Amino acid sequence: MENLIALLIAAPLLGAAVLLCGGRRLDAVGHWLGTLLAGLSFVLGVVLFTDMLGKAAGQRAVTQHLFSWIPVAGFQADVTFRLDQLSMTFVLLITGVGSLIHLYSVGYMEHDERRRRFFGYLNLFLAAMLLLVLADNYLLLYVGWEGVGLASYLLIGFWQHKPSAATAAKKAFLVNRVGDMGLSIAIMLMFTTFGTFAFVPVLHSADSAGEGKLTAIGLMLLLAACGKSAQVPLQSWLGDAMEGPTPVSALIHAATMVTAGVYLIVRSGAIFNAAPDAQLVVTVVGAVTLLFGAIVGCAKDDIKKALAGSTMSQIGYMVLAAGLGPIGYIFAIMHLVTHGFFKAGLFLGAGSVMHGMNDEVDMRRYGGLRTYMPVTFVTFGLGYLAIIGFPGLSGFFSKDKIIEAAFAKGGAEGWILGGAALLGAAITAYYMTRVMIMTFFGEKRWQPDEQGNEPHPHESPGVMTIPMIVLAVGSVFAGGFFSIGDRFVHWLEPVTGHAEGNSPVSAMTVTVATLVLLVVGAGIAYAQYGRRPVLAVAPRGSLLTRAARRDLLQDDFNHVVLVRGGEHLTRSLVYVDHTLVDGVVNGTAASVGGLSGRLRRLQNGFARSYAVSMFGGAAVLVALTLLMRAV
Amino acid sequence: MSFPLLTATAALPAVGALATAAVPAARRTTAKWLALTVSLATFVLAAVIAVRFEPGGARYQLTESHAWIKDFGVRYELGVDGIAVALVALTALLIPFVILAGWHDADPMETGSRRWRPTQGFFALILAVEAMVILSFEATDVFVFYIFFEAMLIPMYFLIGGFGDRAHEHGEKAASTQRSYAAVKFLLYNLAGGLIMLAAVIGLYVQAGNFSLPEIVQARASGSLHMATSTERWLFLGFFFAFAVKAPLWPLHTWLPNAMGEATAPVAVLITAVVDKVGTFAMLRFCLQLFPEASKWATPVILVLALISIIYGALLAVGQRDIKRLVAYASISHFGFIILGIFAMTSQGQSGATLYMVNHGISTAALMLVAGFLISRRGSRLIADYGGVQKVAPVLAGTFLIGSLATLSLPGLAPFVSEFLVLVGTFTRHPAIGIIATLGIVLAALYTLVLYQRTMTGPVKAEVAEMPDLRVRELLVVAPLIALLIFLGVYPKPVADIVNPAVRQTMSDVHQTDPQPKVEAAK
Amino acid sequence: MNPVNYLYLAALLFTIGATGVLIRRNAIVVFMCIELMLNACNLAFVTFSRMHGNLDGQIIAFFTMVVAAAEVVVGLAIIVSLFRTRHSASVDDASLMKL
Repeated sequence: MENLIALLIAAPLLGAAVLLCGGRRLDAVGHWLGTLLAGLSFVLGVVLFTDMLGKAAGQRAVTQHLFSWIPVAGFQADVTFRLDQLSMTFVLLITGVGSLIHLYSVGYMEHDERRRRFFGYLNLFLAAMLLLVLADNYLLLYVGWEGVGLASYLLIGFWQHKPSAATAAKKAFLVNRVGDMGLSIAIMLMFTTFGTFAFVPVLHSADSAGEGKLTAIGLMLLLAACGKSAQVPLQSWLGDAMEGPTPVSALIHAATMVTAGVYLIVRSGAIFNAAPDAQLVVTVVGAVTLLFGAIVGCAKDDIKKALAGSTMSQIGYMVLAAGLGPIGYIFAIMHLVTHGFFKAGLFLGAGSVMHGMNDEVDMRRYGGLRTYMPVTFVTFGLGYLAIIGFPGLSGFFSKDKIIEAAFAKGGAEGWILGGAALLGAAITAYYMTRVMIMTFFGEKRWQPDEQGNEPHPHESPGVMTIPMIVLAVGSVFAGGFFSIGDRFVHWLEPVTGHAEGNSPVSAMTVTVATLVLLVVGAGIAYAQYGRRPVLAVAPRGSLLTRAARRDLLQDDFNHVVLVRGGEHLTRSLVYVDHTLVDGVVNGTAASVGGLSGRLRRLQNGFARSYAVSMFGGAAVLVALTLLMRAV
Repeated sequence: MSFPLLTATAALPAVGALATAAVPAARRTTAKWLALTVSLATFVLAAVIAVRFEPGGARYQLTESHAWIKDFGVRYELGVDGIAVALVALTALLIPFVILAGWHDADPMETGSRRWRPTQGFFALILAVEAMVILSFEATDVFVFYIFFEAMLIPMYFLIGGFGDRAHEHGEKAASTQRSYAAVKFLLYNLAGGLIMLAAVIGLYVQAGNFSLPEIVQARASGSLHMATSTERWLFLGFFFAFAVKAPLWPLHTWLPNAMGEATAPVAVLITAVVDKVGTFAMLRFCLQLFPEASKWATPVILVLALISIIYGALLAVGQRDIKRLVAYASISHFGFIILGIFAMTSQGQSGATLYMVNHGISTAALMLVAGFLISRRGSRLIADYGGVQKVAPVLAGTFLIGSLATLSLPGLAPFVSEFLVLVGTFTRHPAIGIIATLGIVLAALYTLVLYQRTMTGPVKAEVAEMPDLRVRELLVVAPLIALLIFLGVYPKPVADIVNPAVRQTMSDVHQTDPQPKVEAAK
Repeated sequence: MNPVNYLYLAALLFTIGATGVLIRRNAIVVFMCIELMLNACNLAFVTFSRMHGNLDGQIIAFFTMVVAAAEVVVGLAIIVSLFRTRHSASVDDASLMKL
């Protein structure tokens, strides 16, 4: 059965190869081929899942060794896959949501002449992401890690003719590279410490390494996670990544790729468990990002950017939970899965709205769309209720557990982290309610564009609404399904380990507090946007609002410090290379040239002057000889 | 006596060069096909070497030895170890692509110029370079190596100076001036290095009494040949200087951007992917083996210079306006990695450095040749003259992107394997240097992606709107290189297996063992 | 007679020849001065031969004469062709041999 693991990756990889090399003749069927192979991968995943369920909890992990990858003295990297409960969870999420989004894209990208290539990239992404979660060592994970980065680069910049898209793609890749640097340093540290970087030996012997080493490894892994999962301080690429087609935002920049950082931290749990300092930094990064993302989400008028802020914030929750150690790992993954459902659903809904509105993204030009697109309204609404944590829906279960776990961390840290998580919940309710009201309620605010084309909002075709409906179902029921009888905890416990924290506040108190804050947040949003008409042009806003619209000035900081500084540095280096390094050599050449120019004058062409120098020379030689004899 | 396979591999292109040069002026096409056939046949011979070579066997295999200049103990001695096999194979592999890519580079100009561009000469010179490079990889006699190491400057000089890139922002006249400047600069730098090395070669002879590498190494190991510490250091510096110029190592690098910028793309590939490899190869074979103690003595300085090369080359690549100069500075950065790997003195570093030489050859060839195709379409080397090419020529843009991704060492493509090995090998012994070198991977992403963005994406510029996509000949050049990049990225084991024993030998020559992990990992 | 006197004569002749080469412009005169210098050398050789009592010096003198004869043939030919093209036998007029 474990021989099927490689096929999970091979199917979409084959799709990518065929679609990207196949040329125009595949234009007509390419999208269906891509969807089919994604679906095939999902079916394989389900087959392996049922097989896994048949085994005892302790024996579920299977490995498949393919071949020896880099054999060098003392350095062994193999292409070996490892499928355990944690990777299984990801496989199902990636292939499941991935297949749905493939299906959705068939409709969404219908009018794009490069649709075949789009599906090739999507398949490439699936293959890389599956490689990431199935690798049994960190180096192979790194291949998948950069592979998803590449797919993300290609997909963000899919509309390359737009300079903004090309810039956003480059920015995403570069910021991710900074994170990748962390991952490669972490792998090198592991190699020098343990002599290997395969999961099992490293994680099993983590305790015997010094805490300093483990803290260093942990922090480097965190840097990697920050890059891929858009956590502060490497979060700046995610907002710009919304330049990509909306299905991409749903699949890569909401449901799957950006969660890879959480996967990395949870997978490396043994290292973090033995390095409390690194864990503390992880929780701080998570807490800061969840507030940062939420604040940015409040200020954006672009529907996709508002959702991007929200994604950042929700992943902040996951990272926070992952930093809490065994009390949080499982809830981080649980929130990751439920978030995969509702955030993908929300993005697809946003895409459906844009599809009906001539690709308008400004929410101030929406309004009252609920009557025009009922299916989108209902599915988006269910996703909305799930994300704000409405009782009984998915987000309620998973987010609540994280807030509880944060309090259970204990001490002042516990109060601060728990408080931040609670505050985040309130802000989430605020900005999501704002999105909901501005888009679907109130008066219609759209106007004809310069060419006089007025949008005619309409419901999207079935191929797009079906994935939205399926995801909405997941958003409603997944959390409850996982939580009843602690199913999810029992499922993942053999891999990640689990501990119950002792919270200073009871679970009931947390739930009630969350619900109260939820109502407050949603209420403020209703008061601001539901009770009063929404202005078609954004007001100037307070200082905070203006800063939040500019991503809390992070881009400006990067621009001034890194971009400008870098430009000056390279420009001056080019100058130095030309004048100084080259100048020394050219200067030597020039002085030799000058000297020989002077000497050349002696060669005046008069035979008699040559004769004089000859005689002179001979006389000097004779004189010298005589002198030497005399001495 | 068995068939002299090594001599044949070098003699074939040498004879081919003469034959190509002798083809009558009117029959240019015959000369091209002749050169291509010879280069392919050489590749077959190189493949035979690779197959006949036994990784577990003797250190130098397929050896040949004949007396040459008896009075000076010079012998015509050839022999290959795993590292040489890999590089001979790389050379023989790349030359057919260089010839195919430069198919029309030496055609006579249609109008405007009275200069006769001898097509025959162009291809003959390429084959001559191939013969000399292969001999320098194969020679185990220091004197024989020196002769071919220097002699290859002559055909390279004519290739750069005589057949340069016609595209120049200030017109044909400026291009011609720039070209001779670049060619002379190339020659002078390398001659200066070579002369210093000649002094060291003579010094070595005075010390050892012969030129045979295996014999000297043997004598030094057994203690029968003693060198004073200062003598060894001076001789090491003499050799190293020549190789550092050729490699090129900061601050001896400035000839490379000029040479690569002014030469046509295939010749630029010849410089950076083939000829320069002799420099790094010779560090590994001659510097480390002949002067192990001096190598260790010089290591700190060399590592720092290599580190500077990595960062400096990458930063300068970011600041370039010219596509080919950008690739040249990127190469300087990559050569920094290779030298770093060699002098890190770990198995991972040296295996990585050898693989890096092979992979860098292939990846730079892919990127540079596609860049050459792009430049030949528009007639400009300036990045700013392009924009939106992917819209009109998607295949060209796609291959360019893959070449760029290989240059930034994307995992899954061959350069990643070698770059990571070099970094790990450096890190285990010198963590700080390893971490700083890792910055190079971020900068590599910056210069390649900026290049791709400025040339390929965005609105289509009017001048490129009619640009044709890759032709069949061009695709034949690029596709195998890309396939090889992917294959060696996924399955580098065949090359690694050939290289590893040679690296183990070198490591024992310099009396080094790998640092051991701190913690015994559970199995 | 004391053979050293012949050496003084040779030195005198050589100096006269050298001065002539340096100060005269006419190519023919310069040429004759060169011959004078060669013959001064010959005289010295023969004298030394006599003084040392072996024949080496005389043999060299014969060699010198042969070389001088050959030189005269080539040199005069050059002077004649120079005179034909330039209508002058001045050595200073032929100053093209400079960079």
